[in-house]
Amino acid sequence: MAKIQGAVTVNKERCKGCNLCVVACPTETLSLQPYEVNDRGYHFAFMSNPEACIGCCSCALVCPDACIEVYRVKID
Amino acid sequence: MDIEDIIKPENKVYAAPELLEEVNMHYCPGCSHGVIHKLVAEVISELGIVERTVGVSPVGCAVFAYNYIDCDWIEAAHGRAPAIATAANRLWPENVVFTYQGDGDMSAIGTAETIHAANRGENIVMIFVNNAIYGMTGGQMAPTTLIGQKTSTSPYGRRVDLNGHPLEITNLLKELDGTCYVTRQSVHTPANVRKTKAALKKAFMNAIAKKGTSVVEVVSTCNSGWKMTPEKANEWMAQHMFEKYPLGDLKNSES
Repeated sequence: MAKIQGAVTVNKERCKGCNLCVVACPTETLSLQPYEVNDRGYHFAFMSNPEACIGCCSCALVCPDACIEVYRVKID
Repeated sequence: MDIEDIIKPENKVYAAPELLEEVNMHYCPGCSHGVIHKLVAEVISELGIVERTVGVSPVGCAVFAYNYIDCDWIEAAHGRAPAIATAANRLWPENVVFTYQGDGDMSAIGTAETIHAANRGENIVMIFVNNAIYGMTGGQMAPTTLIGQKTSTSPYGRRVDLNGHPLEITNLLKELDGTCYVTRQSVHTPANVRKTKAALKKAFMNAIAKKGTSVVEVVSTCNSGWKMTPEKANEWMAQHMFEKYPLGDLKNSES
């Protein structure tokens, strides 16, 4: 069976660290940076568990600042 | 497979819509306005009507909507967006005109304009963002505030004897003969975001086909005004708001 693997990129300067993508992710791929902040002082989101991503776009759909891009590949 | 091998242009399945400007939005972190802007931008570019779309922005948090979506915009006086949209649509009938209003704009100061524009059946789309509070001015009580909800002007909760009942303006608009499509959606989960996008698309297609007024209410959060984190605000909305403002199509004259 083909396996789906995904990845996301977060525009970290645009991210406001609202945590909505972290809550929406069904595979617990995303987290907020615990210490690092962007230029505006927000703890931006990043892929803390990249292997788990299935490219379902849930994070990108609920992101209010449109800072998430989603990529998906099929592995045979 | 390495992450670098996955992140390639040919594997991209979701990106921010082209119509959304690169500037940082002024909204608070987690505000529903951002999601709704994104959906409006996606729908306009998918329908291929960028060149003939005119938005009318309100007074409220969404007052700077013209900075974020790259189509033509008119800024209306407080509550007068449906009147401006009427003029824009009647003077250029080939244009697709939509208003983007909050609950203070649409159901408080602009009630008359809203009801009469809908009653005349103007071929416009009204996007109504209902967060049950005056967000921009500091979280005061709005006509849509729920009974018992605490705001800065109702610190012990809204009381029926003092403040009256919450105004469900979408239910009023449903009764008017001029409206062709009235729906109430929300954007707190990925599934609801998809439904809201479908509703917005239908509303814009009604405006293109000149079927009458379409109203899309989006029940949304104001985490700053409600004094909650964005995720808590979403939970609170699902628990309390949907009881008074149930989701779904209220009127769909085709079916």
